[in-house]
Amino acid sequence: MRLITHNMLQCPVKGCSKDNFPLRIEDAEIENADADFNPQFLKRMLDRIAWGALVQTSFSLGVAKLPESPGDPNDDEFLQTLHHVLLETRVKEGRMVCNGCGHVYPIREGIPNMLLQENEV
Amino acid sequence: MPDFPTPDLSHLTRADFRNVYEPAEDTFLLMDAIEEHPRINLDDDRQRGRDWPSVCLEIGSGSGCVSTFVAKVVGRSNALFLTTDVNPHAARATRRTGEKNEVTLDPVVTDLASALLPRLRHSVDLLIFNPPYVPTESAEVASPLPAPLFSISASWAGGVDGREVVDRFLPFADELLAPEGVFLMVLLEDNAPEEIIREVRERWGWTGRRVKERRAGRERLVIVEFVSGGDAHAG
Repeated sequence: MRLITHNMLQCPVKGCSKDNFPLRIEDAEIENADADFNPQFLKRMLDRIAWGALVQTSFSLGVAKLPESPGDPNDDEFLQTLHHVLLETRVKEGRMVCNGCGHVYPIREGIPNMLLQENEV
Repeated sequence: MPDFPTPDLSHLTRADFRNVYEPAEDTFLLMDAIEEHPRINLDDDRQRGRDWPSVCLEIGSGSGCVSTFVAKVVGRSNALFLTTDVNPHAARATRRTGEKNEVTLDPVVTDLASALLPRLRHSVDLLIFNPPYVPTESAEVASPLPAPLFSISASWAGGVDGREVVDRFLPFADELLAPEGVFLMVLLEDNAPEEIIREVRERWGWTGRRVKERRAGRERLVIVEFVSGGDAHAG
């Protein structure tokens, strides 16, 4: 699971409406995989990224340091850092935990599993 | 428009296809619609300046063949290619098919688009769904809950008129689609595509039309394209 995907996931448990994003990543096995650097794509994505959640998550995983607010989209160094965090950093194994309801979502073979039990839908 | 080859699926075996829908006529017709779509497949000049789509989402990605094809046509670094499937075998197959064809897909195991909303609200530029559309008994339709034993019938069983999963998804499509977003869906003639096109026009003001049709055995497959409204839709 790349961090760009994590940035799009919110706890889907019915009635869980507080502290349900971002999901806290625990026991993460992190790996890096090279991706083509595409500054145009990154610029287009900037307004679709929940920035605070990304900063918090990358800090908790100890990956590259992002600024507290999005940097200058024409600053190549900022875009390179963003590229690495969003598109090259992956959680291979681990789990996500909802800070609101405590629900645990496993990550196996790089794929998050968001399925719920019957009483949670 | 450039041509693109069918993705390489040689890494998937008979055993994989016991648990994951194997690409068939519907898959190929959907890929044809993608390859012939004037906003998705661009000539070389326009491809260099491409600024759409940024976010693609395929619901029920199965083998991953279609999203891999989309990534090839759009360009692998030009967009995010998210996929969902309720079946973990399919999510793994999707990831592997992307890798085999040197594109990155981002699979999530979930029911339809659950967990991707509200984050992707009005943010999906290109939405794709090859739903379970075969008319069956309601009981055969996939449960959104984790199944102790996954049944391959969930990949095609569509319940009454083959519409149960389609009708459950349409309100999510309205939540997901960005202004002027494109939604491609596979249907059968038996699903009454004209009725669906009329319903979504009345409910959400989308423009819908048939873009491809093909007979496959006793079925008649139809690819329907919906385009969401512009500014009025946003917000």
